[in-house]
Amino acid sequence: MAIITTQGLTKRYAERVTALADLTVEIEPGITGLVGANGAGKSTLIKTMLGLLAPTAGQLKVLGMDPTRQGEQVRSRVGYMPENDCLPPDVSAAEFVTHMGRMSGLPKTAARERASETLRHVGLYEERYRQIGGYSTGMKQRVKLAQALVHDPDLLLLDEPTNGLDPAGRDAMLDLVYRIGSEFGISVVVCSHLLGEVEQIADGLVAIEAGRLLRADRVSAMTTRTAVLTVEVDEGTDALAAALTERGLTIGRDGAALVTPVESDATYDMVRDLIVDLDLPLHRLEERRHRVAELFGTPSAGGATNG
Amino acid sequence: MAELAKTGTIHDIGYQRYTGPRLGRGHAVRSLYAYSFRTVFGMGRSAKAKLFPFGIAGLLLVVAVVAAAVKAQFHVEIPTLSYVEFPGTLSFLLVLLLAAVAPELASRDLRNKVLPLYFSRPIGRDDYVLAKLAALVTAVSLIVAVPLFVMFLGGAFSGDGLHGVWSEFTDFLPGVLNAVIYAIVLSAVALLVASLTSRRTIAAGAVVAVFLVTTPVSGVLSAVGTGAMRQLAGVFSITGILSGLRTWLFGGSTPDIGSFGPAYAGVAVVLVALCTALLVYRYRKVAS
Repeated sequence: MAIITTQGLTKRYAERVTALADLTVEIEPGITGLVGANGAGKSTLIKTMLGLLAPTAGQLKVLGMDPTRQGEQVRSRVGYMPENDCLPPDVSAAEFVTHMGRMSGLPKTAARERASETLRHVGLYEERYRQIGGYSTGMKQRVKLAQALVHDPDLLLLDEPTNGLDPAGRDAMLDLVYRIGSEFGISVVVCSHLLGEVEQIADGLVAIEAGRLLRADRVSAMTTRTAVLTVEVDEGTDALAAALTERGLTIGRDGAALVTPVESDATYDMVRDLIVDLDLPLHRLEERRHRVAELFGTPSAGGATNG
Repeated sequence: MAELAKTGTIHDIGYQRYTGPRLGRGHAVRSLYAYSFRTVFGMGRSAKAKLFPFGIAGLLLVVAVVAAAVKAQFHVEIPTLSYVEFPGTLSFLLVLLLAAVAPELASRDLRNKVLPLYFSRPIGRDDYVLAKLAALVTAVSLIVAVPLFVMFLGGAFSGDGLHGVWSEFTDFLPGVLNAVIYAIVLSAVALLVASLTSRRTIAAGAVVAVFLVTTPVSGVLSAVGTGAMRQLAGVFSITGILSGLRTWLFGGSTPDIGSFGPAYAGVAVVLVALCTALLVYRYRKVAS
């Protein structure tokens, strides 16, 4: 059963600005990437899911409830991590997350226990008793995630969780989100403008642009495994291409690299042996799937290479 | 799934789902009330945050102890430090207190952009601001009422027997009521002013300014005015409204309000209602 369904969801600000236009989509349990460029309507969609904005037209159901009329019930079962800074610098993470747990309806002692447990799950241990103001960006992002998780929601809405993180911090955050979706059994919707980042961890993808649905599908359906081998040599590219064609391989060009479909394991051996035989300086040998980015071919997919 | 970086080593204790009770919005509002009450006193934060509220509460307490001691020793009451006149006489301390703590309650959350975290929870926008206001009123009432209670203890135990205690108590009770009225009016105004800016120092200055700027207005009017004008001069300042209302409800010679007592009461009620309505309106509009 879908956890989020929308039917012709439309949100207009004032008269002119259309943030969401006739959006019909179903989001299944698991991890779903919500992808779109800045201003595509991701944050508006999240706020209507939380019942903080009433849609201009159309239907929306979150966890089987209507957020506009049952906002309180929806919000007690949903965790939200905003994109921007939202933490007070002069309290400890333990104190703050405990407080947020109580705001979600947890009794006092349960809130305290859940807070330290959740902070440990996101990787904050003794630091949790220090004031948040002294934390690194990565630690702050973890606190933001912990406050969204403290009341054990059924659905987690993450708005750009990797914002401002260095590559290592980004991988750690993505790993954490992946574990929440797979091991913790909590459905996650991850907003991102970086497609390549989300496709690593998501089961499903929803791409929106200018408030309209671009495409929604399972990641597996979008990236059918037609493995492609990319070979790049510093010199002798033409000789290698000729030799490979001679052996019956289909060769394509991708910049300086040669691209060939992998037909069987023998393909790898053949390419390797040929390079050795021709004594070419090998620069790169890489197997890759079709990137979701290649399937969209839109401006919103442009950032995918960062992933 | 792509290969993912491994993070940490210890935190593989398995995630436990929460199966306990979820108490909902009412509980959240009560918790926020209690949390905000602690915020007023700087609890859960550094010693610096506790300095101002406890400093002013201490000062008020010292004044009360001195007044009680003078009364017990020399059997004379300092009129300006009677139960009902105590908050009015020391209103400048209360204004300073509010200038320090109202921004802690309102501006701090605006500055740190914490509001989206509240509003994505069962608690509503109106709940949020009303819980904050209630907490501020409670805290200010307490800060004024505790010195009054100390004065009561001093008076009761130096008086003549049970009868003395009872007559002291009938003086003390209106004092507490008056303290609560002061707390309600001052808090509503101060919290509204503080909610308009996310900068704490600006908010503090604005709170002091609102109280200080209005005082000379009624001062001038009462000096140059005659008759009804003079008796109504108080309604143009917040402290004037409060001392006028106090005179009407609980007596005391100054200020002279003639028969305009109900007018002072009406203005006070309208002021509190207006400030509360504007606060609610402000938080319905504030970005989340």
